Amino acid sequence: MSTQTDSALAKARARTGRMNGAEAIIRSLEAEGVDICWGIPGGAILPLYDAFMACDHTVQHVLVRHEQGAGHMAQGYARATGKVGVCIATSGPGATNLVTPIADAFLDSTPLVAITGQVPTHLIGTDAFQEADITGIVMPIVKHSFLVQTVEDIPKAMKAAFHIALSGRPGPVLVDVPKDLQLTEFDFAWPDEIDLPGYDTDWISGVDRDAIDAAADLIARARKPVLYVGGGVINAEATDELILLAEALQAPVTTTLLAKGAFPDSHPLSVQMPGMHGSKYANWTMHRSDLLITIGARFDDRVTGKLDAFAPSAKIIHFDIDPAEISKNRHADVSLIGHLNETLPALRDAVLANRNDERIRHQIDWLNDVQGWRREHPFRYRRGGDTLKPEYVMEAFDKALRGKDAIWVTGVGQHQMWAAQYLTIDRPRRWITSGGLGTMGFGVPAAIGAQQACPDAYVVNIDGDGCFQMTMQELATARCYDVPAIHAVINNGWLGMVRQWQELFHGERYSETDLFGTIPDYVMLAESYGCLALRAETEAEADAVIAEAIAARRPTVIDFRVDREEKVYPMVPAGSASHEMLDETWENEWVEEGV
Amino acid sequence: MGATNHHTLSALVENRPGVLSRVAGLFTRRGFNIDSLAVGPTERADRSVITIRVDCTRHSVEQVVKQLYKLVDVIDVYEVAPDAAIERELLLIKVQVDAERRSEVMKLAELFDARVADVGQTTLLLECVEHPDRLASFEELLTPYGILEAIRTGRVAMLRASAPEGESTSRLRVLG
Ligand SMILES: Cc1ncc(C[n+]2csc(CCOP(=O)(O)OP(=O)(O)O)c2C)c(N)n1
Repeated sequence: MSTQTDSALAKARARTGRMNGAEAIIRSLEAEGVDICWGIPGGAILPLYDAFMACDHTVQHVLVRHEQGAGHMAQGYARATGKVGVCIATSGPGATNLVTPIADAFLDSTPLVAITGQVPTHLIGTDAFQEADITGIVMPIVKHSFLVQTVEDIPKAMKAAFHIALSGRPGPVLVDVPKDLQLTEFDFAWPDEIDLPGYDTDWISGVDRDAIDAAADLIARARKPVLYVGGGVINAEATDELILLAEALQAPVTTTLLAKGAFPDSHPLSVQMPGMHGSKYANWTMHRSDLLITIGARFDDRVTGKLDAFAPSAKIIHFDIDPAEISKNRHADVSLIGHLNETLPALRDAVLANRNDERIRHQIDWLNDVQGWRREHPFRYRRGGDTLKPEYVMEAFDKALRGKDAIWVTGVGQHQMWAAQYLTIDRPRRWITSGGLGTMGFGVPAAIGAQQACPDAYVVNIDGDGCFQMTMQELATARCYDVPAIHAVINNGWLGMVRQWQELFHGERYSETDLFGTIPDYVMLAESYGCLALRAETEAEADAVIAEAIAARRPTVIDFRVDREEKVYPMVPAGSASHEMLDETWENEWVEEGV
Repeated sequence: MGATNHHTLSALVENRPGVLSRVAGLFTRRGFNIDSLAVGPTERADRSVITIRVDCTRHSVEQVVKQLYKLVDVIDVYEVAPDAAIERELLLIKVQVDAERRSEVMKLAELFDARVADVGQTTLLLECVEHPDRLASFEELLTPYGILEAIRTGRVAMLRASAPEGESTSRLRVLG
């Protein structure tokens, strides 16, 4: 599976000829159909930047302000499109600035190719100026990496990098190119084949009938099945197949933080997000279930809570593309490795062939239970008095963009959880958040990358004031390239999520979490970057600035001065069983229903 | 999850720079302690074999095999079932011996098919290629004489010539 289009390939072939390694990198990007990439130049990557200007090509380069921004922009692009995101940095500090996005892409299975300059071959290993062993540094957080040894290896490494990044379970690949090789001339030819004897993904194709039969058998005997859906469904582009399966099963569907949008939030079978800040009804559904049909999910601790107490009476079916996820955290009774858009229809056919009226009768009782929890325990908050509640901002944005093509991006913290709880996402690739690594600072650049991928969409970055300050320098990039994404700073003046833990679990000792909230003045700051700058302190002002921002279609920052003490509920304290949810707002006590 | 046991894994890898760090790093990252590790060339110049011995649970060894498969430079991995394979290790051992006990030690060496690699005034350097368990017994028997130095290479393993095709190659696709 490769992104190359026939015409790009033809073009690259036509460019076959004498050139240096730097130009070969650009020809390789063209051959892979890359239309945009992000980066910052420096000594060891200068020849590549020279080639960007010196030769005629079809790859747009976007100059960012910090390499971490380049990496997250490439991720935003990749997650919005399903294509490989490409970022570029120089050796040493440029390369190390890419470490966070690479780790983020690794944990959230995002296809990413990072190209770094390296000191010239003869200086490698001498602690030369700006030398860092970047392939060594990223070893545990990449799918693979190449330290290119000869100029002839550049096209081979590039082709292999794109193939590895996108095929199987997607992930980041780093290509490190010494400066002297960028300058060496050779006869470029785009390779027809990839020589990777240790990397075989062909065997993933096809459907193991025995596993399908075994799964259908477990389903036939289940009384309380639930579909536990993860981000794998989005990478597999298997949303349609999932909806058909869920409807055939008439089983509730819970979507993890990464899977939001993989199944429509507004579908009657959706019970939304499970886990630490998930819905009570999703957690109770999982807890009471007798069969978890796990699809492209990985039993992350933020979902399961205390693993021993998670879904204690459930058998497990696990469909995935990565064998290493099977029985990693929870034993799978039936597992099937494959492409979800092949295996899900096969399971649906088997389920339909096995129709069983008794099962359906039980299932109706089960769905009634689930719907009852859902009716009685929705996400809710106390409306605000004088203060603007962050949850209100989510609802207002959701309403304002309903029916429009909106892409929601977030930072990490309370605001991320409120966004996950209150936004309605009905399509895949329209919710982009840092889940596995939980990277503060992801929001601003990821939103820019997603907007550049989808220029007509309404991109909204729901950000925290702490997160925003980690990558806000990319407002310059947004302004220089006129990227109209809206950056909604949910300004509570705290590192809010940490403050919440301090309030609940550390005796209200607010150690080093106060951000004051008026420093910087986000309106003045955004104005200095030439962005539209707005502020809201009441619900009426929030409605008005949201409407103004949506209409503006230019880079926009909104400072939402929200209730400083609002907490995210429900909450499963770390290490607790996932059905034991704290919800101080309503019960002021432990809620243990559904047990 | 269950009791720990010794497991020997054999990984056929591409002979590329960095492959050993990738394999070793994977064990470290997943919290495995490597008991012994041997790496060397094969009949093909572009392939090496890494033999790794770890002490862990069955569940962990299955996980680590799956993780090894995910490394792009790793072509094949199997767990070596002791009865289906020949396992060998080289021991170099320097023993303190005075003239009158030398012949005793030489006899012992003969018993274990060890060779005398070098002789000093009061020392004897022996080399022995054997199954690691036999090497352990050999070392134990030499202990009373005074072992000055002992080094082992780490074990290597190969499926028996008589083993049926496919035996003990716990291929991942079978596990999955
Ligand atoms: C790079 C990084 N550093 C630290 C953390 C730990 N952390 C998680 S949430 C959080 C607070 C985020 O504050 P803010 O952006 O203001 O969002 P809020 O929780 O207030 O909505 C911190 C410090 C992190 N996730 N990422």
